[in-house]
Amino acid sequence: MLGKLTWDAVPWDQPIPLVAAGVVGLILLGVIGWIVVKGYLPYLWREWITSVDHKRIGVMYTLLGLVMLLRGFVDAIMMRSQQALAYQAAGYLPPEHYNQVFSAHGVIMIFFGAMPVIIGLMNFVVPLQLGIRDVAFPTLNSVSFWLTASGALLVNISLVVGEFARTGWLPYPPLSEVSYSPGVGPDYYVWALQISGIGTLMSGINLVTTILKMRAPGMGYFRMPMFCWTALTSNLLIVAAFPILTATLAMLTLDRYLGFHFFTNEAGGNMMMFENLIWAWGHPEVYILLLPALGIFSEIISCFSGKPLFGYRSMVLATLWICLNGFMTWLHHFFTMGAGPGVNTAFGISTALISVATGVKVFNYIFTMYGGTIRYTTPMLWAVGFIVAFVIGGMTGVLLAVPPADWQLHNSLFLVAHFHNVIIGSTVFGAFAGLTFWFPKAFGFKLDETWGKRAFWFTFGGLWATFLPLYMAGLLGMTRRMQQYDVPEWRPWVLAAGVGTIVIFIGVACQVIQLVVSIRNRHALRDETGDPWDGRSLEWSTTSPPPAFNFAIMPNVKDEEPYWTIKQKAIESQNLADEPDYKPVHMPRNSPTGFICAFFSTITGFALIWLIWWMVIAGLVAAFATFVVFAWWDKREYEIPAEEVRRLDRERRAARQVWLRDKAASLEEPA
Amino acid sequence: MNSGPQRRLASIVLLAAPLAACSGGPLDPHGPIAEQQRLLIFNALAVMLAIVIPTILVAVGFAWWFREGNPRAKRRPDFVYSGRVEIVMWAIPLLTVIFLSGLIWTGTYNLDPYKRLVSDRPTTEVQVVALDWKWLFIYPEQRIASVNELVVPAGAPVHFDMTSASVMNTFSIPQLGGMIYVMNGMVTQINLQANHPGEFYGRSAHFSGDGFSNMRFTTRAVTEDDFARWVEGVRGGEQVLDRAAYEELMKQSIPERPFTFRDVDPHLFHAVTTQRIPPAPGPSEGRGGPGIQERAQK
Repeated sequence: MLGKLTWDAVPWDQPIPLVAAGVVGLILLGVIGWIVVKGYLPYLWREWITSVDHKRIGVMYTLLGLVMLLRGFVDAIMMRSQQALAYQAAGYLPPEHYNQVFSAHGVIMIFFGAMPVIIGLMNFVVPLQLGIRDVAFPTLNSVSFWLTASGALLVNISLVVGEFARTGWLPYPPLSEVSYSPGVGPDYYVWALQISGIGTLMSGINLVTTILKMRAPGMGYFRMPMFCWTALTSNLLIVAAFPILTATLAMLTLDRYLGFHFFTNEAGGNMMMFENLIWAWGHPEVYILLLPALGIFSEIISCFSGKPLFGYRSMVLATLWICLNGFMTWLHHFFTMGAGPGVNTAFGISTALISVATGVKVFNYIFTMYGGTIRYTTPMLWAVGFIVAFVIGGMTGVLLAVPPADWQLHNSLFLVAHFHNVIIGSTVFGAFAGLTFWFPKAFGFKLDETWGKRAFWFTFGGLWATFLPLYMAGLLGMTRRMQQYDVPEWRPWVLAAGVGTIVIFIGVACQVIQLVVSIRNRHALRDETGDPWDGRSLEWSTTSPPPAFNFAIMPNVKDEEPYWTIKQKAIESQNLADEPDYKPVHMPRNSPTGFICAFFSTITGFALIWLIWWMVIAGLVAAFATFVVFAWWDKREYEIPAEEVRRLDRERRAARQVWLRDKAASLEEPA
Repeated sequence: MNSGPQRRLASIVLLAAPLAACSGGPLDPHGPIAEQQRLLIFNALAVMLAIVIPTILVAVGFAWWFREGNPRAKRRPDFVYSGRVEIVMWAIPLLTVIFLSGLIWTGTYNLDPYKRLVSDRPTTEVQVVALDWKWLFIYPEQRIASVNELVVPAGAPVHFDMTSASVMNTFSIPQLGGMIYVMNGMVTQINLQANHPGEFYGRSAHFSGDGFSNMRFTTRAVTEDDFARWVEGVRGGEQVLDRAAYEELMKQSIPERPFTFRDVDPHLFHAVTTQRIPPAPGPSEGRGGPGIQERAQK
């Protein structure tokens, strides 16, 4: 009846996961209880869960990502504390638990932390920057989000029901084959990633279509903000790379479930194929995460330097270079596999070539600041911190691209330090910078600057305090993923990294406090104009938060910085543009399709893991039926009358008028 | 590598090296391969630091100088394109990468792990089998074997043929240089040499399951006489490595101390690599595995 699932699947003998899960469960129950008691449930269902508004979905993506970043950070604390204790000792995490922790840490941070935050920001910002009303396929967007959430849920269920993979964040066969991992860990991995991977792929298709087909009138490719360019390339990479992940995991599934031999050396399979395939997805994945962050910094540095981006066309070219070149470097993840020197040289050089494009980007940031008037808000601090971290992390990355150096440093803590240096320094800094930058657009009030700056300094300091020692430990020969060790020379560096983790923890705490303080002071932090940072692109031309339809009338784009031009014109003429002729707006109706599909996908995934076949069939049929019902649904749009559009836009114009008067007054003051 | 600042940078990096002495890591090489690899690491770092340090200084300098509150900064809000600047900013990383590509090209060919080391001393052959979770070293010429202890003559090349009985591992002795994957049903190779007698840390550098952290071995480089004496000593031992002994050995376990075999089935390594001996068994049960029970005790 319940397949392999019995009471023994719960690790009753291990207090750590049980207590952790108990606490999380209580918090969840508390939140849900509070929502129900307060009567917010209908509101949540109507306005958020079933919403197909790209802004709402973007916010939910980001929220999911932030919660999962915290969850992954807990794993990080456990790993660092285990290694701090495990010098010639067992520490407090036995191998079978420690191995799950580092596997879950990688999976959660990449797939359910960084990806949702980045996709959330793209979802929220790209349509606004393009001057359009929604993404190309709004309901599909909702399905994408909920499938991602479904994958995240499955990974977290594995904490208490069964186990998670003990194979590392990429389950290399034969270790992940059923003979060496007979537990359900790799099955959780496979199904969680398959379900969320479908969501990510659809989200990629959605955003590519949106950017290619739905820009505001006059917005040619070379008038798109840089963030839209990086979002386009990032999503092109998603569309090209995620099917490889799906196929690879499908082959691993066939190996595990039906005794195929794709990735064992019996019966003609080969484990090296898995590494090639997983990195053919995995390396582009790095750039999927990196490119949008580079775009975010382009926007922020330009905005807070009070200058257009320096060398826009160079930036576009460098972005495309990274996009293409990123697909040609996967083999550098296994220079140690025994390929000939010709192959290794080719991939070493192709990897180093990426740094040409990233180097150009850094120089462009520098020259955007040159001659500017830099305002040191929290996002700008993250941006300058990013440049420092990215240059250093990039350098160690190119060092690892030198095959003979990699033969020494491969799989060492040097490698671990390198990719944390880059991913935290670019993607995570970018995510935090973007969050602070666009938060007022989403919620109508700014985040507290004092706590934001504290968060930056602690995170920035903690980054170096943690990962410089790990670079050193790697140079001293310490391998990653060690549950215990007995080399005395490594110990001081491991302890130092532990202290660094505490510093990062303070940074994380500052960020949580920032959010709480900002919500409490939201009236003082309120932004009425919709343009709190003196922005340059179209998202700042509408209100904060924007109305469901984003723009009362579609903007007509005439140059690279459309909103800046409009603003200058208004300041010059001391007048806003004439009130336009408002027309009714058609917007997509909300739909529970995404939520229901994901609900049944979760059930299907869980049943596949535990071999509960009747539940697999029921879940699949129900998920498919949801699609069919949606397909038969005719009334997909509703109309917002012109009257309502006018009313909302007049509010915006009134606020703008006040802003214009203040601006004029400030300009007249003697300098 | 002959320009002044680069050499100075290299020497700064080298100054940091004593920190690493005796750690068993790649910064403390005791063989020709590891020495050249360390040199290459320092060279590549020096080339890049020559660009990276000025870049960081300029970035932070500009960011600070052009702050809002600096009345002396000359504002140029319209400075958004300059052909000359653009050419320089493409040329700097491109030239660096071209230079680095030279290092990559020559280094990769020179230090190819498959390349036999040239020496007037004879090469010692060692067959390596990675087991869960220990290392088996077979000396085909001497027909002996050892577990978790690798003894080689110092000053002479050693050629390793390597495979795995089960999952993927990486054979690595950082102080002698490099690492290469070992995989079931396949043979990979590496060539190493120790400059002088000494003990070096060896390990698996690729995660291989629950006993991974214990998958370490000691490499002892000894004089030729000592090596001969060691071989004689091993031959006087008791255990023999035949099929039955191997099948016992390949079960998951972590030996407490190294041990040896006085005689080895000469076809054993071949039988492992061709999978005539099937891959080693994994754990019999796992959580949620067949019949869900507590993990089998080691």
